[in-house]
Amino acid sequence: MPIDASLVGRAFPATQPLAVTEEAVSAFATAVGGSAGGAVPPTFPIVVTFAALQDFLAAEQVELSRIVHGDQRFRYERPVVVGDALTATLTVTGVRSIGGNDIVSTASEITDAAGALVCTATATLVHRGGAA
Amino acid sequence: MSDLTPGAALEPRTYEITRADLVAYAHASGDHNPIHQDESIALAVGLPGVIAHGMYTLALVGRAISEWTGDAEVLELGAKFVAPVVVPAEGAARVTVAGTVGERNDAGLLTLALEITSDGTKVLGAPKVTVRA
Repeated sequence: MPIDASLVGRAFPATQPLAVTEEAVSAFATAVGGSAGGAVPPTFPIVVTFAALQDFLAAEQVELSRIVHGDQRFRYERPVVVGDALTATLTVTGVRSIGGNDIVSTASEITDAAGALVCTATATLVHRGGAA
Repeated sequence: MSDLTPGAALEPRTYEITRADLVAYAHASGDHNPIHQDESIALAVGLPGVIAHGMYTLALVGRAISEWTGDAEVLELGAKFVAPVVVPAEGAARVTVAGTVGERNDAGLLTLALEITSDGTKVLGAPKVTVRA
């Protein structure tokens, strides 16, 4: 189903806080071939960003298998550290249709337990409307 | 650590991605999109096969940055996912992260000009990396 262009500008409810534990960071780092116990990988905030994206897709009844990630950018105010509790709040910034695919642009503000901005994550999702 | 003088070449890093890595990454990241696990679903939605999470490839860029800079603070990291990295059922896909050290800006931050390829095909477009190093 097509993505509703009237969603542009809408902010979705904040995610549940994600606890940045040693275990979660080690699992993420080792999955991409890094070592456990080091610095938090810079792409780690995708975990809470993805939770926000998934909430958005579920709210819009979009099937995840039809989604391909088009673009992802992070701008960091400070490094994420073990002990953080991160929350993402997603806003839809654009919806356009190209060749039967819907391109959805989003920006998620990722904040810590004190409400301070840690990172801004912008993502473009491609909803593949083509092959059945 | 690499030479981080503006213009210096960064030693290319090549990493392998297996199906087992994608399973581990799905659990660690929460991204259980079946196109990263299930060949039949990937083919049914018009993909060439099981593909790596774009964020897996971007995480490899993060890994290369960390290796080159000795875990420097990253201020910006991003890219477009311009071509899928198809991960075979047996063996591995290979991703190479290469590039040069860019300019140092007024704030003393360093940009890295990177190229990310898999078997010679560019897989990330318009990569942007800024570090404090």
